[in-house]
Amino acid sequence: MAHLEGLRCRECGRTYEVAPIYTCEWCFGPLEVAYDHDAIAASVSRESIAAGPLSIWRYAPLLPVDPPTDQSSHVGFTPLVRADRLAAELGLGELWVKDDTRNPTNSFKDRVVAVALAKAIEFGIKTIACASTGNLANAVAAAATRAGLPSYVFIPSDLEPGKILTTAIYGGNVVAIEGNYDEVNRLCAELAADRPWAFVNVNVRPFYAEGSRTLAFETAEQLGWETPDHVVVPIASGSLLTKIRKGFDELHEYGLIDGPPNVRVSGAQATGCSPVATAFAEQTDVVRPVKPDTIAKSLAIGNPADGPFAIDAVRETGGEIAAVTDDEVLEGMSLLARTEGIFGETAAGVTIATLKRLAESGAVRADERVVVYVTGHGLKTLEAVADHVGPTATIAPTLDAFTSAFPDAQEV
Amino acid sequence: MAVTIRIPTQLRQLSGGAAEVAVEGATVAEALKALDAAHPGFSERLYDESGGLRRFVNVFVAEEDIRFLDGVDTALTDGQTVSIVPAVAGG
Repeated sequence: MAHLEGLRCRECGRTYEVAPIYTCEWCFGPLEVAYDHDAIAASVSRESIAAGPLSIWRYAPLLPVDPPTDQSSHVGFTPLVRADRLAAELGLGELWVKDDTRNPTNSFKDRVVAVALAKAIEFGIKTIACASTGNLANAVAAAATRAGLPSYVFIPSDLEPGKILTTAIYGGNVVAIEGNYDEVNRLCAELAADRPWAFVNVNVRPFYAEGSRTLAFETAEQLGWETPDHVVVPIASGSLLTKIRKGFDELHEYGLIDGPPNVRVSGAQATGCSPVATAFAEQTDVVRPVKPDTIAKSLAIGNPADGPFAIDAVRETGGEIAAVTDDEVLEGMSLLARTEGIFGETAAGVTIATLKRLAESGAVRADERVVVYVTGHGLKTLEAVADHVGPTATIAPTLDAFTSAFPDAQEV
Repeated sequence: MAVTIRIPTQLRQLSGGAAEVAVEGATVAEALKALDAAHPGFSERLYDESGGLRRFVNVFVAEEDIRFLDGVDTALTDGQTVSIVPAVAGG
């Protein structure tokens, strides 16, 4: 059984029964799941988790829903890869990449969707929907189809062709909106008010967002139940960063790690959509919305719902938030690929480029154990790199052609 | 200016269940004040103690977020629609 007490407004603290609702009726603040902490602490141990499946459901007692019967898609428990070559390039010490490209639809969104879908089914909801910048569209379309449920996925019409294709292939409804993500999102908020559907990141968002905590749980477990000193996380809505921080804190509450976590949390944005980085730099928590213009479309949320909370998390833990240019994003994608053999999407480029910036400024230090979150696969955003990489040489199928093109390629 | 205010479900008990309310106002602030006069209770839900709009209240005029315009001082023209949208979620 999921150990839930109800929902609680993050802003004013008012409480609500568990239901597909997401805003406080009084102050419009976002609702969060309130757990029965004692029940959870009594029901989990490192051993019980180790005996569980190799997926997010090994942390089922910490999630706001009972695990589904069909877990064959293996969502989560992705590799934590030691990144010594990248660390050497950046002048860092112990660096790890959490490679969340290795999920069923190749992004971390499979985690949140797995939780949201299970909850929607528990609520008896028959139609699954979302507002998406691309990765969520993939995850919702695939998971709904697998569950045998109809889906409506709303996306900005200027999304990467690859992300539209890899959504539409699953056969659900894909609704391309002539507008940016924030406009898509607003439409979905209005649609969700009048329809008995589960919009995973609107009316089921309190449950959905909790799925991101599994990234913190896994990181700690994969480090032998220890926490990193510093994590670098991309910021779109700010939910992922906020929940990763929360996940580390909870591990201590539940006695799964020794001592308080002490994880510095830093955030990454693209300059073409950096409302959270801007507010952080201006030392305010008033996040002014922007009109996004960046190749990192999966992070292109101009009006980030959890922006203020992400800023709180970064400030409270002594982290930083940086914003990087589209050129740095491409360099970041390339740097990760050529040092570690991991091809991340544009958002990963944002995160790696931010890590580089923070390493150069001394905000991320060589004596820290650092984990960087790569949340989506590069095959989804091929057009970003299409003009920058290609064959090293194009030659005739002859030995001579090869040896003249690669005169030094005799040895090694 | 005669404008229409779209009311989110969370606040419809204040408007007697109505999804839209017609009011007069030359600015967003005036229109919201007229809304509170017609259906008392709206102001304390929309504004915080310091008199600013609550940070999770989003207001749109002709489909544009008023934070891109002049905030609550945004001028209204006859027949425009002002939408109140709670905590745009997403992400």
